[in-house]
Amino acid sequence: MTKLSNSSVLKITEICDRYKDEPTPLMMILSDIQNEYGYIPLEVQEIVSKKTNISVAEIYGVVTFYSFFSLTPKGKYVIGCCLGTACYVKGAQQVIDKFSEILNIKPGETSEDGLFTLDALRCIGACGIAPAVSINGTVYPKMSVDQVAGIINDYRTREANA
Amino acid sequence: MIRTFEDFESRTGALTATLSDKLKGADSKRHIVLCGGTGCLSSHSDEIKARFEEVLKEKGADDRATVNIVGCFGFCSQGPFVKIYPEDTLYRLVKITDVEEIVESDILNDTVVERLLYVDPVTKEKVSKQDDINFYKKQRRVALYGCGVINPEDINEALGMGGFQGLKRALTMTQQEVIDEVLKSGLRGRGGGGFPTGRKWQFAYNVEADQKYVVCNGDEGDPGAFMDRSILEGNPLAVIEGMVIAGYAYGASEGYFYVRAEYPIAVNRLRKAIKQAEEIGLLGDNILGTDFSFRCHLRLGAGAFVCGEETALLNSIEGKRGMPRPRPPFPAVKGLWGKPTCVNNVETLACVPYILRNGWEEFAKVGTERSKGTKVFALGGKVNNVGLVEVPMGTTLRELIYDIGGGIPNGKKFKAIQTGGPSGGCLTEEFLDEPIDFDNLVSKGSMMGSGGAIVMDEDNCMVDVAKFYMEFICDESCGKCTPCRIGTKRMLEILTKITEGKGTMEDLDELEELSQTVKSNSLCALGQTASNPIDSTIKHFRDEYIAHIVDKKCPAHVCKKLMSYHIDPDKCIGCGMCARSCPTSCITRTDYIAPKHKLASMSIDTAKCIKCGSCISTCKFGAISKI
Repeated sequence: MTKLSNSSVLKITEICDRYKDEPTPLMMILSDIQNEYGYIPLEVQEIVSKKTNISVAEIYGVVTFYSFFSLTPKGKYVIGCCLGTACYVKGAQQVIDKFSEILNIKPGETSEDGLFTLDALRCIGACGIAPAVSINGTVYPKMSVDQVAGIINDYRTREANA
Repeated sequence: MIRTFEDFESRTGALTATLSDKLKGADSKRHIVLCGGTGCLSSHSDEIKARFEEVLKEKGADDRATVNIVGCFGFCSQGPFVKIYPEDTLYRLVKITDVEEIVESDILNDTVVERLLYVDPVTKEKVSKQDDINFYKKQRRVALYGCGVINPEDINEALGMGGFQGLKRALTMTQQEVIDEVLKSGLRGRGGGGFPTGRKWQFAYNVEADQKYVVCNGDEGDPGAFMDRSILEGNPLAVIEGMVIAGYAYGASEGYFYVRAEYPIAVNRLRKAIKQAEEIGLLGDNILGTDFSFRCHLRLGAGAFVCGEETALLNSIEGKRGMPRPRPPFPAVKGLWGKPTCVNNVETLACVPYILRNGWEEFAKVGTERSKGTKVFALGGKVNNVGLVEVPMGTTLRELIYDIGGGIPNGKKFKAIQTGGPSGGCLTEEFLDEPIDFDNLVSKGSMMGSGGAIVMDEDNCMVDVAKFYMEFICDESCGKCTPCRIGTKRMLEILTKITEGKGTMEDLDELEELSQTVKSNSLCALGQTASNPIDSTIKHFRDEYIAHIVDKKCPAHVCKKLMSYHIDPDKCIGCGMCARSCPTSCITRTDYIAPKHKLASMSIDTAKCIKCGSCISTCKFGAISKI
């Protein structure tokens, strides 16, 4: 395990301090860290433990319980394919299979270049526009299998030009 | 700041007049509103709004019209929507390139843009007003009051539309009177359980405690349901008001919203609404000059379905793993941090201001004997008019699917409607004339649930649907109790076996037995209802299970292991498009040339085929079919 940089330690301490007046701040602290860094590794949990007096075991239990929290880094672009019922009956499985095929990763995995993470999402409530795919919060409505390659290429081009 | 009843009266009086002038056109302006629900925003309604502002400015007409984002119109499959007051003209499927024409024609020259109007699929007539569209005719907005009319980020519009009038009335009543009012209205919990809200409040009222809490359950996890999201996005202040009234009724001074992190727009609007309500003094100390104080807090979920269960939700707010606690003690006695707490669903709380504002009689006027009021449904799946609908209890499933939903697309045959999500069941054709109410749906083998209603047609395999829900439950089981943790896994294994053509009739018996065990022994509602989709599909579609097991066939051609693709050599013109799209190169040319065709037909090597379906979506001649 790598050692955390001083600035990260300061940032995490600052996040913990944001909620020092809350009776049970753990979920809020973890959400903020997840949003800030994209994952919550053990070293970070140790700092949170010291700041909040909650044991690392308990924190680890919480981190692993909720699907939004991750122990490993996620890709730069998180592709969330909605597999809610409305999307599923309209062919969402084929859409996620196509992403999986083109990126050569299974749902839950991150591509080797660290660019894409593929996630199967439970209903995102966009049933009116099923099947829906959400990439870093941008929702792509009425997705079809044919659009998948184009969307991935758009992001790759964006990266190449960045 | 609003500090007294008189302040409130004068402020809301003025705001009501402003809003009414706006809607009726008495301010001699036109008002353009755009749907800002998740669905329409993903179709760029925010960019369309910006474009409207730009075009109005270019044409020097920015003093003649206003542009605003409002909450969900409900008719998601026809979004994005643009509505123009005071004429009530509704344009649908609007694109950014249409903006100039709308401004030029409608705003500047009072001529409706015909091509953007909704066309009735049956009569083929163009409909210009929202209320004349069949989709809206049978609807009645109580929980969705104000959604699609007011700007959800502007508290002044909410107050102009009756916001906090319910609380004002409540504050002139005793606590018991408020509880009685809600009891008499017959309001039952809209999250799925259907427990009378007034009775829940009474339990919490009867307990002596130094601190009590109100919790709003916005962890809407059922796949295919988005009622709560739309309410929070469309009129967040109504839910806040419902929470404050609950707090007053049983003596709580703190309230917690628990909302899914998957709903960023709803979360933002709720946060803004709480802040605005605090700023003008409708939340905080001594509300309207009384000695009643109330504060709202917001907590986000982190992606765990089980947190929709009330005790798991409380654990999550307390920063723990979201696992359920045994009941009793019920949260109304021992809830958040051990204090009396009522956990109410978003839609339930959204109904409360309506009841207090208009009186319980008005609310109880519609509905059935034991289910009063209205219910919001997220109508989805294989139905023409996908969207959010609010109908009086007692509406039949047929009215919901055919009159409001516009029937099944592509001339396909209706197969079943699934209500209640992973805890509910399927209802078939023979139940279509059943009125929707809590008890009736349960007696027919399904349940109301939180309001997801997914329509399935002949192309959906019911065994696959049961497997889909079991995968969901298996994934989301928290693991605390054995029947749910292991039972759901075993049931999923059996279902997988059946969909792969390896099932036996003994498996079917075992599935039914397991389902009973899990149902009667699980700790919380997640496990207790986990086998409902299996029970109801076995009950209504036993022949489909048997087709999978005995004939090794999937009648709907969904289960991949039991179907194959086939090219009709007489329909195939030999263009070869399918072969080019095939990822496994398993399509080759035969030497058969059909009469009238010039090229030899193609054929699929079923041994190499991975059944991805690329060929069938590429073929323009309908030559490929599933068998």
